[in-house]
Amino acid sequence: MTAEALFSLAPLLILFPLLGLVVNIIAGRRLGERGVGIVASAAVGLAFVIAILQFIALRMDPSGATIHIADWIVIGQLEVEWALQIDTLSVTMMLMVTGVGGLIHIYAVGYMHDDVRFQGDPSRFPRFFVYFNLFIAAMLLLVTGDSYLTMFVGWEGVGLCSYLLISFWYEKGEDGIGNALAGKKAFVVNRIGDFGFIIAMLITFWFFGTLTFEEVFNEAEAMGAGAVGAATAITLFLLVGAAGKSAQIPLFVWLPDAMAGPTPVSALIHAATMVTAGIYMLVRNAALLEIATVTPDIIAIIGAATALLAASIAVARFDIKRVLAYSTISQLGFMIAAVGIGAYVAAIFHLVAHAFFKALLFLSAGSVIQGVEHGHHRADSHEEHFNPNDMRVMGGLRTRMKATFWVYLIGALALVGIPPLAGFFSKDEILADALLVSPAVYWVLVGSAFLTAFYMGRQILMVFFGKPRSKAAEAAEESPAVMVAPLVVLAILSVGGGLINSPGLLPLTHFLEDTLEGLREPEFVAAVAAISTLLAVLAIVLAWLVYGRRPMAHDPVRRLGSLWTAIRHRWWVDGFYDWLIVSRYISLSHWLAEVADEQFLHDWVHDTVIARSFVRATNWLASVLDLRLIDRGFDGLGALTRRGAGGLGALQTGYVRNYAVAVFIGMVLVVSYLLLS
Amino acid sequence: MIPGVSMTHILILSGVLFTLGTLGVLIRRNAIVMFMSIELMLNASNLAFVGFARSMGALSGQVFVFFVIAVAAAEVAVGLALIVAVYRSRSSIDVDRVSDLKG
Repeated sequence: MTAEALFSLAPLLILFPLLGLVVNIIAGRRLGERGVGIVASAAVGLAFVIAILQFIALRMDPSGATIHIADWIVIGQLEVEWALQIDTLSVTMMLMVTGVGGLIHIYAVGYMHDDVRFQGDPSRFPRFFVYFNLFIAAMLLLVTGDSYLTMFVGWEGVGLCSYLLISFWYEKGEDGIGNALAGKKAFVVNRIGDFGFIIAMLITFWFFGTLTFEEVFNEAEAMGAGAVGAATAITLFLLVGAAGKSAQIPLFVWLPDAMAGPTPVSALIHAATMVTAGIYMLVRNAALLEIATVTPDIIAIIGAATALLAASIAVARFDIKRVLAYSTISQLGFMIAAVGIGAYVAAIFHLVAHAFFKALLFLSAGSVIQGVEHGHHRADSHEEHFNPNDMRVMGGLRTRMKATFWVYLIGALALVGIPPLAGFFSKDEILADALLVSPAVYWVLVGSAFLTAFYMGRQILMVFFGKPRSKAAEAAEESPAVMVAPLVVLAILSVGGGLINSPGLLPLTHFLEDTLEGLREPEFVAAVAAISTLLAVLAIVLAWLVYGRRPMAHDPVRRLGSLWTAIRHRWWVDGFYDWLIVSRYISLSHWLAEVADEQFLHDWVHDTVIARSFVRATNWLASVLDLRLIDRGFDGLGALTRRGAGGLGALQTGYVRNYAVAVFIGMVLVVSYLLLS
Repeated sequence: MIPGVSMTHILILSGVLFTLGTLGVLIRRNAIVMFMSIELMLNASNLAFVGFARSMGALSGQVFVFFVIAVAAAEVAVGLALIVAVYRSRSSIDVDRVSDLKG
């Protein structure tokens, strides 16, 4: 097979998930849970096969291809076509999306089987997989789009799926509306980011007259110094978009709430794939970032600050998934910082490695949650507000859930960066690059890495070690094989993922060189690796000293006093937004509803002005125009007709002779007329 | 042609007959008599047809007379049937008593 023939298969990549979701929409109820799961997983599996074929094609022809599908918008100067850009960057992403996505699909078959029963509505099983396949299709559209606009379609598509899946149990949660509110929050916050993306897109078109990546980059390169201002503005607004999608300061507040969705959703969308779209988008625009002046510094600062802030908040969480959510924000901060310091390959490397181990951690957390939930049902304890996500009710699960414990441990160690697991290589590549470019960023990231090791140690110790702290934890049981098998595969990937860009060989760097120009070859700095490994081990030891030895009645870190209060309250960011925006917005809405709408529009404009004058006008029409003029007119017409009919009726005597006379006279008249004229 | 009988004589006779028929229709109330008067008017016109045909030497007038006779025969059939029907329902053939359609 030639490379061209393989490239031309690319549209199937998006078609297979769409096909899967159509089948599940139409026949989902009849297929049964097993059938739905097989269809959905097979659709993603086939997409993965196509992605591998694209990878093979790229080995033959590293320059890639642009697969034209159709013209989309042709208005004057604006020409946007549907085209899929197959290059090393997009293929790296699609392999990750379909590969990790496929594993999560398989896991979800097992997870959702129980989840739909715990939540009490098994009929929602097919819907979950329809959304899941739609997400995969949208994500692939995002990574393959060859212009800002086609990428934006996928960008919005994944946002929609995120919304749908966060509020999947929309009638559940706090006060029966908590999950729906979480979905809304994610959607609204993302919308702010999307607005930045749109503005960036408009500036791009205004300045370069095109929206296609390749043309924009060539144009910018040709313009040289003339394009600096535009590139800076575009990348700044793209950063707003990336901050929304990838949960960075100041738009990170939606991601922790997004944990309201079922756990496979958190793993697929809010850890492995969608939230990395911002990083992918920035790396895709590396050519503009290289030209822009201020933006890279701002990106690096935001990334590093987010990494530290989120890592500190994660220390004070008790919800097993929220620890991981803040950890995800923190790791995304690492990637954003890497983009800021120009280490694009390191960003993508960490993105892929993070997808492996964070998906693993989330799925294992789902396994833990369901294990505890099962235990809760088996122990038959009737605690009113039992929360299976709360780490305070866990403990000692090491013995009850052996497989889950081991894969969780591998995921955690990979995240912490213990050699030779995936996170060690990817994180150290970022750290080594940071040390070269900006020591300040380096130290902030090292601090975040230390906190990462501490909160992961805390989590492992709270969940798996010690004694069970509830009847549910005592009775917890291991998850079925369909859930454990993907975990094992992801664990293997988390262990070996570092090979993707192992120091010395650097396969990922050489692979991405075909797409991203002028890459630095990262060096493996032994000192950096040694420092971060040492700090990670120190943090774990510290976590063991704090949490490992005595039963957990209160969190010992409470003793930090005001610092504990700050991180417990998430540095008051949510409260600040509530105070600054949400509460004002709500009072504005109240004012608009009560004063502007109810009193002004409804009572005054509608009732007084429109309704009253309308009544007056209709009164005049009814009493004057209708009754006096029209009614009387027609009454007169009727009377006239009646009188005329009375007169004419008299002619009809009923005597044949009279009629005969009339006929005779008529005859005489007609004949005499004919004769005389 | 009978000597001394001119076209004028024929037309006068025809006119007199037609007038008698007309008066009969207009004045009499017995349906049978009215009916006979109508026949009289038809035959007055037949006479005029025949007279004109002879004086002009054309045959079409006489042909028309056959049509008129045929139509008159049909009319007799319908008319007598009507009269019988009227008599059956009212035991009288006085046309003034059949004035139900008075307006």
